[in-house]
Amino acid sequence: MALLEIAGMSLSFGGIEVLRDLDFAVEEGSITSLIGPNGAGKTSVFNCLTGFYRPRTGQITLAGGRIDRLAPHRVTRLGLARTFQNLRLFRELTAAENVMAGRHCRTGAGALDAVLGTRRHRREEAAIAEAAQRWLGFVGIPDAAERVAGSLPYGHQRRVEWARALATEPRLLLLDEPAAGLNASEKEELIALMRRIRDELGITILLIEHDMGLVMQVSEHIGVLDHGRKIAEGTPDKVQNDPLVIEAYLGRDEDEASEAA
Amino acid sequence: MPLQEILLQQLANGLILGSFYALVALGYSMVYGVIKLLNFAHGDLYMVGAFAGFGCLSLFSGWLGAGWAGIVPSILLSMVAVGLLGVVIDRIAYRPLREAPKLSVLITALAVSMVLENTVLAFTGGQFTAFSTDLGFAGIDLGLVHVTYTQMVLVGTSIVLMVVLELFVSRTRYGRAMRAIAIDPDACRLMGIDVNRTIALTFFIGSALAAASGVLAGVYYGSINFFMGFLIGLKAFTAAVIGGIGNIPGAMLGGLLLGLLEAFGTQIPGIGGQWKDVFVFAFLILFLVFRPTGILGKPEVERM
Amino acid sequence: MSTTTAPAAARSPRGIALTAVVILAALGIPLVANSYQLEVLSEAWFYVLLCLGLNIVVGYAGLLDLGYAAFFAVGAYTAGLVTLKLGLSFWLSLPLAVIAASIAGVVIGGPTLRLRSDYLAIVTLGFGEMVRITVRNLSVTGGASGLVGISRPWLFGYKLNSIGSYYYIFLALALLAVVASHRLERSRIGRAWKYVRSDEDAARAMGINHATIKLSAYVMGAIFAAIGGCFYAAKMTAIAPETFTFNQSLLILLGVVLGGRGKIPGVILGAIVVVVAPELFRDIGSMRMLVFALSLLLIMLLRPAGIWPERWRWG
Repeated sequence: MALLEIAGMSLSFGGIEVLRDLDFAVEEGSITSLIGPNGAGKTSVFNCLTGFYRPRTGQITLAGGRIDRLAPHRVTRLGLARTFQNLRLFRELTAAENVMAGRHCRTGAGALDAVLGTRRHRREEAAIAEAAQRWLGFVGIPDAAERVAGSLPYGHQRRVEWARALATEPRLLLLDEPAAGLNASEKEELIALMRRIRDELGITILLIEHDMGLVMQVSEHIGVLDHGRKIAEGTPDKVQNDPLVIEAYLGRDEDEASEAA
Repeated sequence: MPLQEILLQQLANGLILGSFYALVALGYSMVYGVIKLLNFAHGDLYMVGAFAGFGCLSLFSGWLGAGWAGIVPSILLSMVAVGLLGVVIDRIAYRPLREAPKLSVLITALAVSMVLENTVLAFTGGQFTAFSTDLGFAGIDLGLVHVTYTQMVLVGTSIVLMVVLELFVSRTRYGRAMRAIAIDPDACRLMGIDVNRTIALTFFIGSALAAASGVLAGVYYGSINFFMGFLIGLKAFTAAVIGGIGNIPGAMLGGLLLGLLEAFGTQIPGIGGQWKDVFVFAFLILFLVFRPTGILGKPEVERM
Repeated sequence: MSTTTAPAAARSPRGIALTAVVILAALGIPLVANSYQLEVLSEAWFYVLLCLGLNIVVGYAGLLDLGYAAFFAVGAYTAGLVTLKLGLSFWLSLPLAVIAASIAGVVIGGPTLRLRSDYLAIVTLGFGEMVRITVRNLSVTGGASGLVGISRPWLFGYKLNSIGSYYYIFLALALLAVVASHRLERSRIGRAWKYVRSDEDAARAMGINHATIKLSAYVMGAIFAAIGGCFYAAKMTAIAPETFTFNQSLLILLGVVLGGRGKIPGVILGAIVVVVAPELFRDIGSMRMLVFALSLLLIMLLRPAGIWPERWRWG
């Protein structure tokens, strides 16, 4: 059964169509990828899914419930979490505090609880701190907890962002170019981590990625975008051999090659 | 007084007040448009301009008289001096913070405003300074209201300055550079535009306009003080928001509308003079809530 | 750059010892100080309360509030009206002031906190002036001369009359404000304030409703000021609109920024400096605001995190 369904979604900015009549589905328990040349509209899809952009037409459903008219914080509460293409950590806060952000929508103590130090507050705080430590451990950086996020090495900052997203207890995790800026061995670890998230936690993953090797290796299902439209979808094998996909990528490569010459 | 006369009189008052607001709002709006900075010190530049104009006039009145022959060079000198002051402020206080969080820049702007205000306070002892001129009440009768030549010159000067500014921004290379920086400063840097110089120019023009407005207000009201920039700064911002912040014709329109609104608003029974500022702020808040882009501003891309 | 966090440092034995010494000294001061000194120090504790309140808005949530004195006015006038016009107990004015300030906070903050953060600065400035002009123009608030003859409250059978009693009242309020700030800072809501300050979009993607979180900071700040305002009215027995000017808001902001926004010890230090420095250098007299203005400018340009030593840099 499809966990996420996008039907007839279009998005435009000031008259320019960014996405056109997009249909796409993500099966529960899968690792699915969305690929396409630069400017194809992939990040715009994420921004629509997470409520940051409002699509002009179409609908988005998560586990059968519509989410396309909801504000970002509501979408997250319903079980959709994301990472950002350019890291968006709370840089001056510690790694643990960053991950604690993910627990906000799953807890409820208010300002008055905090001032009075109620039992609810203390119980929640203990659970939040424990969860932060646990998620940092899960992504492999348990010792980073008390470090200021902005001072961590790049690869570790990425992991903090993952831990923060996981802490929201998502059903679907959206990863925006998770391999950008990573070296070969870090990419291997990333693939292993994605599989663990899916297999151990049962979280479905949708990723946008430029690294074709990684996409083909990890995904079960791939959608290809070009100029805001879906031009192909299917298994890695099918997509790799699709003439339209080859044209979208290679056609561009030929242009670039002729420009270079 | 017959109603018609009151209305015409308030129309004249509103236009004059509105042209002061518009001149100050222009600088506010230009600076905001180019570097997205709410320059709290802008109203104080109006005040400093008034004092600079007053100083010049005191010097000149001996041999040029305190009529227009003395006032016009005073306005021009004040504009240059305050324009340069604006550039210096940008260089010292704002330029080092271009990449800093917005809150830091806002607090810095506030500090600059306090420094200007309290420096003038220290020099004047907080007293009102009489801005006396030889301009009389001669004028022409337009139907029921008497409009003095001074009033006409004030509005005329404002209009000329605004037209010149609009031509400058829309027709010249520098104006195009300003508009380009407003859209994307990084791209401008890559295109070889000297971003810091263009921003300095924006500060010069905006500050000079505020100074002109300050001197004109001094001439019109006949007295100036260190605190005169506070309220007008707030109102000029209101005017800029009403017109659509960052938009030059919008700032003019907003200034005139606000001037008229205030002039007529005080005539509504039950509102009266002592409530007029409450009235203006309430209007600002309503505008920000219901149409934050102003009358002429373009709506931003819809984001939730 | 040190990577330890504030909580660890605050729990250090040195931190606890230092805090204990400061509190003991503050408790003992009335034994040795004259009434002028007690006046000044009471005001300093009062400013600690106000600055910690504004620190929630400016320091934690990163919002510029230029009309904070308005909430102080709401508290003071509530106490004045409740005791003078309604003839009720002073203590009843506390919950009423909290309610009034919360309503005012929601009415002003609700619609404007969704806007650009810099618009908020202007709207709050306008709001501050509106409140001042309103109490000045209404007859029920005593117009320009304000309310006089506010009766002093009773506590445990004692009438709070002497400056000494107000010294302890304001010291207690300051300590309560410190405890409340400390608890809020490391709570779910307090962290959410910092997330929104740091990166609003990332916070929203984490399921945080940025508008309500900002509103909660704004209202919480308002409540601190309103409670302070009630006790201010009780101490002064007379209040007038000119106490609640833009300058008042600026001084409170100065205390927050000077010491180090977002850092409780820094804010305490800043608040005390703002009150005590002009008394120590009385000859500067009318130049007081100029000196403050210049120091604010220098702080922003040279040491934007305030004079209190940094633990970590601002992003």
